[in-house]
Amino acid sequence: MIAQQEINNRVATPPAPDEMPTGAEMLIQALVHEGVDTIFGYPGGAVLHIYDELWRARDRITHYLVRHEQGAVHMAEGYARATGRVGVVLVTSGPGATNAVTGIANAYMDSTPIVVITGQVPKHLIGTDAFQEVDTVGITRPCVKHNYLVREARDLPAIVREAFHLARSGRPGPVVIDIPKDVSAARSNYSRLDHVSFPFSTQLAHVDHDSAREAVRQIVNAKRPVLYVGGGIVNSGAVDSLLSFAELLHLPVTPTLMGLGGFPSSHPLCLGMLGMHGTYAANMAVSESDLLVALGVRFDDRVTGKLATFAPHARVIHVDIDPANIGKNVTPTLALTGDVGQVLNQFLSILEQQSEERLGLWWDQIRRWQLSQPLRFSGSQSQIKPQTVIRELHRLTNGQALVTTDVGQHQMWVAQFYPFIRPRQLITSGGLGTMGFGLPAALGAQLALPNQLVVAVVGDGGFQMTNQELATAVQYDLPVKVLIMNNGYLGMVRQWQEMFYDRTYSEVDISVAPDFVKLAEAYGAAGFRVKRPAELREVMEAWLRYEGVAVMDVVVAKEENVFPMVPAGADAREMITQA
Amino acid sequence: MRHTLSIIVADEPGELSRIVGLFSARGFNIETISVGESLDPRWSRVTIVTRGDERTIQQIVKQCERLARVREVQDVTTRPHIEREMALITVSAKAGDERQEVLSLVNVFRAKVVDISHTQLIVEASGNKEKVDTFIELLRPIGVTDITRTGHIAINRLAARADANAA
Repeated sequence: MIAQQEINNRVATPPAPDEMPTGAEMLIQALVHEGVDTIFGYPGGAVLHIYDELWRARDRITHYLVRHEQGAVHMAEGYARATGRVGVVLVTSGPGATNAVTGIANAYMDSTPIVVITGQVPKHLIGTDAFQEVDTVGITRPCVKHNYLVREARDLPAIVREAFHLARSGRPGPVVIDIPKDVSAARSNYSRLDHVSFPFSTQLAHVDHDSAREAVRQIVNAKRPVLYVGGGIVNSGAVDSLLSFAELLHLPVTPTLMGLGGFPSSHPLCLGMLGMHGTYAANMAVSESDLLVALGVRFDDRVTGKLATFAPHARVIHVDIDPANIGKNVTPTLALTGDVGQVLNQFLSILEQQSEERLGLWWDQIRRWQLSQPLRFSGSQSQIKPQTVIRELHRLTNGQALVTTDVGQHQMWVAQFYPFIRPRQLITSGGLGTMGFGLPAALGAQLALPNQLVVAVVGDGGFQMTNQELATAVQYDLPVKVLIMNNGYLGMVRQWQEMFYDRTYSEVDISVAPDFVKLAEAYGAAGFRVKRPAELREVMEAWLRYEGVAVMDVVVAKEENVFPMVPAGADAREMITQA
Repeated sequence: MRHTLSIIVADEPGELSRIVGLFSARGFNIETISVGESLDPRWSRVTIVTRGDERTIQQIVKQCERLARVREVQDVTTRPHIEREMALITVSAKAGDERQEVLSLVNVFRAKVVDISHTQLIVEASGNKEKVDTFIELLRPIGVTDITRTGHIAINRLAARADANAA
């Protein structure tokens, strides 16, 4: 009896029901616990409890009110990709959630860690076609690492903790937490976060020493090796290891679009980007290589072209953190599943010091390719060439700007003519190819890095998909510089129609557009316009000097094409180098 | 080639549709699927019969393993295993020769009659796919009016050698 009494005394008295925290309080607590101080969002009926609590927590978490939920997710992506931290989004149920889906799918394709919290109708209304009800968990299931429909408020701390863990661990990606309104309102016992453990832990594969040794042996013995490096280098923080490894063995390096900045573009070992609009030298080097070392890449079709003729003479060593990427499109001769930075460090520990005089014949060949077909374009006195714009931007920003882009021709010209020298310097929509990504992504990056010059290079098409976020930029004084590459066309589609559809320009003329200078001014930003080549530098200088949000409308040559180009599904050696 | 995958997944709402959705999104084919409790009731065992070359099967396994609530994916087909499927078959057979014919087939296939009326019988049969297929084919001329099949379940055989057992 006495023993029982003692036990009873030790059990803490449960708090009275009205003293227990609500689901919304627990959510905010859990976010703070994860180190979240920034949320991008848009309120609505199903998240009112959460917004009420967020207001009380405003000294700990700053909420940025966007103008469209897609913008919120792209901002979180920009924030995450600029810093490596998890970006956080809060939107309401129904249309709030569906508007966020494009961003979620974008983050999934580009391995970006974000957590998206969506409101849901109260549990008793789920399945009744209630107002603003949509099956968010069902809709987002194919484009998330994981998602949750929260049924009990007391589960929230554990779910939030696991969601952040999943978003940032392994191959990063988006996680969605769908919270019914009654769950955010319900009071429940607060389970202390320290005691929360994941029911399902993810274990990271470790590359064994023998495989690493074999990889190094093959790399050292290869006569025509190429390092093909992607976004995994950036996500892993493997930039320095890659640089040491490439320099030690004097290896040619070609980054993918997502890998730009993962190896300095200005480095003599860098061949420039690979793939559809990559350099001639990079594509030829891969085509003729005897060993392709694929580091943190997924053999995307925009890189490989026709799979049967991709690197036809090469053995392939594939290092990736996601086992499902290995063997998905190309079967490697040697597969190493693991964190690419750790694997490169293993390689470095195995390597003896090498002389830099290696691979002379191979480099002679590569230099000949580089000299025969450098990236080039014909200049003009009367029209502004888009390539010139990017070159000038590079010059006037000393190559130091953080650049975001939309998708299309301007994106490829940025990739070709702005040499990125550090990781996370280019933030672009690679996998999904989302128009409208550039401006909101720039806002997220600017917020994360207040002292960094952030430039969004966008097309006149993509800009009009998310230009409402200029209001967000002005409201929060995020002094991004927006460069509109304005050719009055959906340029990349027009280029394909010119090249492959007999110049039938079917529905690509968007020359009826707002006056972008007036539009910028209407939002309270500054507007600049330049039409003549002679004025480009001066206007660009003024635009860059402007202290607030500034939009520059650059009227460029209407029918300029991106070259070189490997037609979709073609052999890389059939690349079209010039019009 | 036909493969039987055994997937251990947390018994939580929506987890099955995650697996099924993955198959359809990535263009993998599901021939049969069955789900039930595993040894530990917190985990379900999903058995999926699918077809594909070696690379496709490997992709399926890896993609399933990527799911946060999937604990284990096994290609049962790579080792000796036992497969079973159950079928409930409604056969039209009046008293007399037809019914006798059904009963003798039931006997040969070690099936069971689980319901009977003046004009019909419901027969329960189990075995591997080939056995159940053959049984149904033999019943067809008599008059099969309905079939419901469970899809496959499978388990790896026990190690035959004594030393393997000891280990």
